[in-house]
Amino acid sequence: MGMDSLIGGTIWDEYSQKVTDLMNNPKNMGEITEEQAKEMGAQLIVADFGAESCGDAVRLYWAVDPKTDKILESKFKSFGCGTAIASSDTMAELCKGKTVDEAVKITNIDVEKAMRDEPDTPAVPPQKMHCSVMAYDVIKKAAAQYKGVDMESFEEEIIVCECARVSLSTLKEVIRLNDLTTVEQITDYTKAGAFCKSCIKPGGHEEKDIYLVDLLDEYEKEKMAKAADASASGSDAAFKDMTIVQKIKAVDKVVDDNIRQMLIMDGGDMEILDIKENGENIDIYIRYLGACSGCASSSTGTLFAIENILKEKLDPNIRVLPI
Amino acid sequence: MRVYLDNNATTKVDPVVFEEMKPYFVEKYGNPNSLHQFASEVHPALKTAMQKIYAGINAPKEDSVVITSCATESNNWVLKSIYFSEILTGKKNHIIISEVEHPSVIATAMWIESMGCKVTYLPINSEGLIEAEDVRKAITDKTALVSVMWANNETGAIFPVAEIGDICAEHGVLFHTDAVQAIGKTPVSVQAINVDYLTFSAHKFHGPKGVGALYIKKGRELLPLFHGGSQMGGYRSGTLNVPGIVGMGKAIEQAVDALDFEMPEVREMRDDFEDALLEIPDTFVVTPRNKRTPNTILISFRGIEGESMLWDLNNAGIAASTGSACASEDLEANSVMEAIGADDDLAHTAIRFSLSRYTTQEELDYTLDVVKKAVERLRGISSTYSYAPEGHVNGLEAHH
Repeated sequence: MGMDSLIGGTIWDEYSQKVTDLMNNPKNMGEITEEQAKEMGAQLIVADFGAESCGDAVRLYWAVDPKTDKILESKFKSFGCGTAIASSDTMAELCKGKTVDEAVKITNIDVEKAMRDEPDTPAVPPQKMHCSVMAYDVIKKAAAQYKGVDMESFEEEIIVCECARVSLSTLKEVIRLNDLTTVEQITDYTKAGAFCKSCIKPGGHEEKDIYLVDLLDEYEKEKMAKAADASASGSDAAFKDMTIVQKIKAVDKVVDDNIRQMLIMDGGDMEILDIKENGENIDIYIRYLGACSGCASSSTGTLFAIENILKEKLDPNIRVLPI
Repeated sequence: MRVYLDNNATTKVDPVVFEEMKPYFVEKYGNPNSLHQFASEVHPALKTAMQKIYAGINAPKEDSVVITSCATESNNWVLKSIYFSEILTGKKNHIIISEVEHPSVIATAMWIESMGCKVTYLPINSEGLIEAEDVRKAITDKTALVSVMWANNETGAIFPVAEIGDICAEHGVLFHTDAVQAIGKTPVSVQAINVDYLTFSAHKFHGPKGVGALYIKKGRELLPLFHGGSQMGGYRSGTLNVPGIVGMGKAIEQAVDALDFEMPEVREMRDDFEDALLEIPDTFVVTPRNKRTPNTILISFRGIEGESMLWDLNNAGIAASTGSACASEDLEANSVMEAIGADDDLAHTAIRFSLSRYTTQEELDYTLDVVKKAVERLRGISSTYSYAPEGHVNGLEAHH
């Protein structure tokens, strides 16, 4: 939190002067007609992206020289907020003079950077980053139309966070390498999820095929599966690496198989209260029930027997602490 | 020229109200609960203010009108108290609210829902209204509370609180209404309808910010939300906000007086302004005028995203509002427009103009002029409201 977050502010104050100017007077706003394209000896491309019901829609017009693939003229129209209009305008500007192949390489980050006043100050606040994404998408749509191919053919890999353009493979790698467990950590490491937040979990502005929470789940499951495999193989290291639930289950099983019978014969029983790692040691807290709870041996002989069985079956570093 | 047409968000303090408040900052600053002259000298003004506040909602003396810090506190108080006393104890397990309540009701309901309470969210119909019969259908023998606002902040729609109150009384269910948008715009009397709790806030009717109230009917006592020095009869601890209470008293008196005089004028101006706006092609208003507060217009301009319209209005010095994607930080469409569900394409195009008794004809004429220019400019930019070349199929694909 902190002072700046407490009273909030108007998002308009975070727009760069360039964004403001482009919103007030977009330079490339308008249409290219068939006639105009013909006069230039160019092919007209008109591509739409987005929908009114989503709050943003953009139409891109290109006049492309079929001999050189060069974009001779580029114009836009846009249903959207100020940043959507400014981004579309900047995108149209960046397309001019480029070949279609070059234009496809323009990213939303390029568009956003082109609208900055200062090189290190973002042109729009984080929640507005997604507006520039549409500008990027419509270029691919236009290029696909020109080349007569599928839009997806331009996408080299799956992008999970479109605002920060973070790919699925990058995210998976970073999560594994750094053993990340929260969305906040992912954002700190990759910037994914920092902007429109749609990629964090379902229910945001945009629907996604895969969300950051899914990736965390996947990694968590992987870790658990690994621990389960290890515990099935019965090695010492396995018990240490188990989740707390798995540890309790494993201890319970040993108690059931090897200890409980012995206690019940004396009219007693025990329950497991907690398992805690304490440096090298793994402390298992137990409570005696029935006759055991008052028995002198419960803190001597019986206790050593329980501890030894657990040490042998699970981990030599186990200590049993009756409460 | 600067024009303020966002009076459902907050209002300017009436200068008369400000004058009444002034002595209670520097001259008469005593804590009314202390034992000395500094304390006792503020009592007469507090008493008068409380009488005016009671009169403002026609509350009988034996009921309680507890002064809070804002309507959000009042709304939180009702829902959380009911949760502690009725839900957590296992007596009941259900509350009913509308899906267009203020966030202070919805977010609180969602919180108690996360604690295990069942919550029914009543839908609005195509006119943006709640239907009282829907309340009857939703009530179970485990329903503790119904909370439905008196008037909606976005559309100004006046909900059938009298019928809902009757249905609740019939079933022995407590009824709370958030009347924040109703006071000073439509007559509010807690004796004319069956209501147990009623929320209001001074800054919505030309009083100061930071003063709210909760009406509590006798016999419907609530657990306090704030524990402490037992001010407000132990209902709400915290040193009394003397200037705020004095301001609220004067403000509600003025607002209720204005119902007979200024409000009909506001309604007339609003209607003329709305007629003129509706002459612009492809504009839509949801709730019929006679079912709305007299100061509010929620209007959609097809093809123009709400924030863009606000941008052009703001450049011309005009303040209005939108709940649409880009203006609010949560990137959601206008909640009411979404709830109506009539036309998805319009969900992001709604603009709210809310007038006050200070709005002048000159301001509205100027605004109309600016709106027309903005519509022309923004529809010129709009990709969804424009020419497409021959043979181009307007196949807008959803990218979501």
